[in-house]
Amino acid sequence: MEVKKRYISLYVENQIGVLAKISGLLAGKSYNLDTLTVGATEDPTVSRITIGLTIDDITYEQVIKQLNRSVVVIKVMDFSDVPIHKKELLFIKVSSCSEKDKAEIFRIAQAFSLEIIDYDKSHVMVQCVKTEGGNNDMIALFNDTFINRIEVVRGGSVAIEAISTRDQ
Amino acid sequence: MVKGTEIIVKALKEEKVETLFAYPGGQAVDIFDALYGVEGIDVVLPRHEQALIHAADGYARSTGKVGVCLVTSGPGATNLVTGLATANYDSVPLVCITGQVPLGLMGNDAFQEVDIVGITNSVSKYAVTVRTREELPRILKEAFYIARSGRPGPVVVDVPKDIQQAMGEDYYPEGVSIRGYKPNESVHVGQVKKAVSLLKKSKRPLFLVGGGVNIAGANDAMRRLAEFVGVPVITTIMGKGAIPSGHDLYLGNIGIHGSYAANHAVSECDVLFSIGTRFNDRITGKISEFAKDAKIIHIDVDPASISKNIVVDIPIVADAKLAIEKLLEYASPLKVEKWVEQTKAWKEQFPIHMKQKEGLTPEKIIRYINENFSRPIITTDVGQNQLWATQYLELEGNRQFLTSGGLGTMGYGFPAAIGAKLGNPDRQVIAISGDGGMQMNIQELATAVALELPLILVVLNNGYLGNVRQWQELFYGKRYSSTCLKYRRSCDRNCGSPDKCCPPYNPDFVKLAESYDAYGMRITKEEEIGEAFAYALSHKHAPTMIECVIAPDLNVFPMVPTGKPLSECIMDC
Repeated sequence: MEVKKRYISLYVENQIGVLAKISGLLAGKSYNLDTLTVGATEDPTVSRITIGLTIDDITYEQVIKQLNRSVVVIKVMDFSDVPIHKKELLFIKVSSCSEKDKAEIFRIAQAFSLEIIDYDKSHVMVQCVKTEGGNNDMIALFNDTFINRIEVVRGGSVAIEAISTRDQ
Repeated sequence: MVKGTEIIVKALKEEKVETLFAYPGGQAVDIFDALYGVEGIDVVLPRHEQALIHAADGYARSTGKVGVCLVTSGPGATNLVTGLATANYDSVPLVCITGQVPLGLMGNDAFQEVDIVGITNSVSKYAVTVRTREELPRILKEAFYIARSGRPGPVVVDVPKDIQQAMGEDYYPEGVSIRGYKPNESVHVGQVKKAVSLLKKSKRPLFLVGGGVNIAGANDAMRRLAEFVGVPVITTIMGKGAIPSGHDLYLGNIGIHGSYAANHAVSECDVLFSIGTRFNDRITGKISEFAKDAKIIHIDVDPASISKNIVVDIPIVADAKLAIEKLLEYASPLKVEKWVEQTKAWKEQFPIHMKQKEGLTPEKIIRYINENFSRPIITTDVGQNQLWATQYLELEGNRQFLTSGGLGTMGYGFPAAIGAKLGNPDRQVIAISGDGGMQMNIQELATAVALELPLILVVLNNGYLGNVRQWQELFYGKRYSSTCLKYRRSCDRNCGSPDKCCPPYNPDFVKLAESYDAYGMRITKEEEIGEAFAYALSHKHAPTMIECVIAPDLNVFPMVPTGKPLSECIMDC
C-alpha cells in the first residue's frame, strides 16, 4: 500500500499530561511519527499540535479516528489535501572550522538563504527554516562538506492552513 | 463552603449511585469518612481492588448503570488496571475515583504515589487528575457523562488528598459541555438507505451482531428487524443474547469456537450486515478469507471501530438502537428463502455437542441451567468454561451474560457475579468458572458471605488451565508446560497425562468454601447435577460453590486453528 507524507494539526486542551496522552495513544497503536510539535495558541487554554507522519491511507484513517476519539482533542485537522504552509526550524553547528571552511559556510548560507546566528574562532552556527525535506537536504549538504564535524538539532514541522490556495 | 469529599458524596447522590465498590487506604480515608452514615449509598468492601472493579463491572453490565469504584492511591489504584482494561475493551461504563497524594508531593515518589493517569491512559476511555478544588465538581460530572455516553467505557478520576480536604463551593453542575467530546447522537439516513438498497439486491444476506446491540438495549428491535426482512443472524460472544438463542433465524456464534452454521454462513454470505462489533481477530479467523464474497455494512457508535480490521463498504456511525429502528422504517422483506433454508440445514446437520457423552460434562451442567432457571444472570471466567458457556447457554436477552470478551481476564467471573447480584437482588446469578480462574479472586468468598449473597458458583474443575492445555495438546505436541494445577515438585516434569498417582488437587474447594462460612459441594457424576443445584438453592443468604469434577482432557470444539479461515474448523464433536 502506498505510503505518503502527511500532516495533521490538532487543537488540544492545554493541560498537564495532554502531550503524553496524544503521544501515548499513537505509540500504543504502533503508529510511527516523523515529527510532533506542540505549543500554546492565541487561546491559552488551547494548545496546537502538528504531527508529521509517513503512512498509508488505511492506517492514516485510523490515526485520525483515534485522535478524534480522545476527550482532550478538541479538533483534528487533516492537512492531506489542504494547501498549507509548513516549516521546520533547524540549527546546524559546525566545529573545527578553518577560515576556508567559514568562507564555504557563508557561501552556502547565501546560496540557500540560511542565517548565520553565532560563531567563534573555530565554530559556526547556522539557522535554517525550511520544509522538512529542505532541511534534510541541508543536513546532507553539511554532512558531505564537513564530515563528522556537524551537530544538528531540529524542531519538527509546524503547519498551518494557507490563506491563498498555493501549497508552500 | 464544603470539603472536596462532600462534593464527591454529592456527585454520587446526584448521579443516583446506589452501590459503591470501595476499598479504603491512606489517601482515600477522607472520602470514606464523608461516606460514613450516608443514607442511600451501599458501600461495598470487596477483598481486593481487582475484584472490586470486576464487581463494579458486573454491576454495570447487568444493570446498564454506571459502576462506581473508590480506591486509595498507589497499589489501590494499580490494582484497578486489569479491570479497567477489561471494561474498556467491552465498553462498560465505570467511574473510578482514586485517592492521590497531596499535590505538593506528586512527582516526589511519595509513599503510595503512582502516576495512575499515566498508567491508565491507554486502558481507559478517559483519565484525569483533579488539580484544583474548583474543577472537582465539573470533572466528576464529566466523568459520569463520558463513561455512559457514546461508546461507554471506564473513566479514572484521580483526586489528591489536599483537594479532598479543600473547602469550596457546594455545587454540582447539571449539565456538561466538553469541547473535545461530542458523541454521535443521530443516524445518517442516506447511509441507511444505501444499506437497505444493498440488502435488497442480496441473495445471501446475513446479520452479524456484536455487543453493541446488547449495550444499546436494541435486542427487541434487532429481533423485529431480522424477522421483518427474514435474514439469519449470527452473533459474536459479546453479541450473544442479541436475539433469543432459540430463535429460528439464529445460527449461533461466529469465531474460532463458533458454530459450523455461523462460520459457514459468514464465509458464504454476499452481504454481511454487521452491527456493534469490532471484527476482533477471534471472530474473523484468517482475515483475507473473512466474508470474502460479501459486501459489508457496518453500524457502530465508535467511528474508530469502522474499517479498523475489516474494510467496510457502507459505514454507518450510530447507536445500534437508533440505527436499527431507522432500518425498520426503510427496509422491506427479502425473498431469500433458499439461503435461509441452507443456513438452517447447516444448523441442524452440525449442532454443537461435546464428544464426550458419558458422565459429568460441562454441556450437561450448562443445559441443566438452561432448563431449570428463568432468565438467570450468568457470568463466566475465561478459558474453556467461558467457551462452553457461549456454546451451550441459551439466552433471552441482554444484560444476562457477563463475560470478559475482549481482554479475556481470568478471575473476572466470580467478582462480576457479586456485582451483578447486588444490582439485581431478585435475579438468580450463577458464575461459571474453571478451577484456575476461580482461584484468581477466591478471596471474594469473604465478600459474598459478608453481603449474604446466594450466588451459585459453578467450578468446572479439570485440574488444568484447560484452554492452554487444549492448545498444547493440539498444536504443541502434548507438551503440557505449566498448565497442570496438580503439579508438585516431586512430579515427573515431563508428565504427559494425569493418572492415579497424581497428588491430590489443592485447594479442596468444598473445605475452602466452608472455611469462609459459605457452602460447598463436590460432584463427580451427571446424576448429582440436580441435587447440587437444589442444595445451592436451599441457601438463601450465602453463596454455594459447586465443584464439578470433570475429565481433565475435555476440549472445546469446533475450533478454527489460528491463521485458518473460518470455514476450516476442526469439528471433532
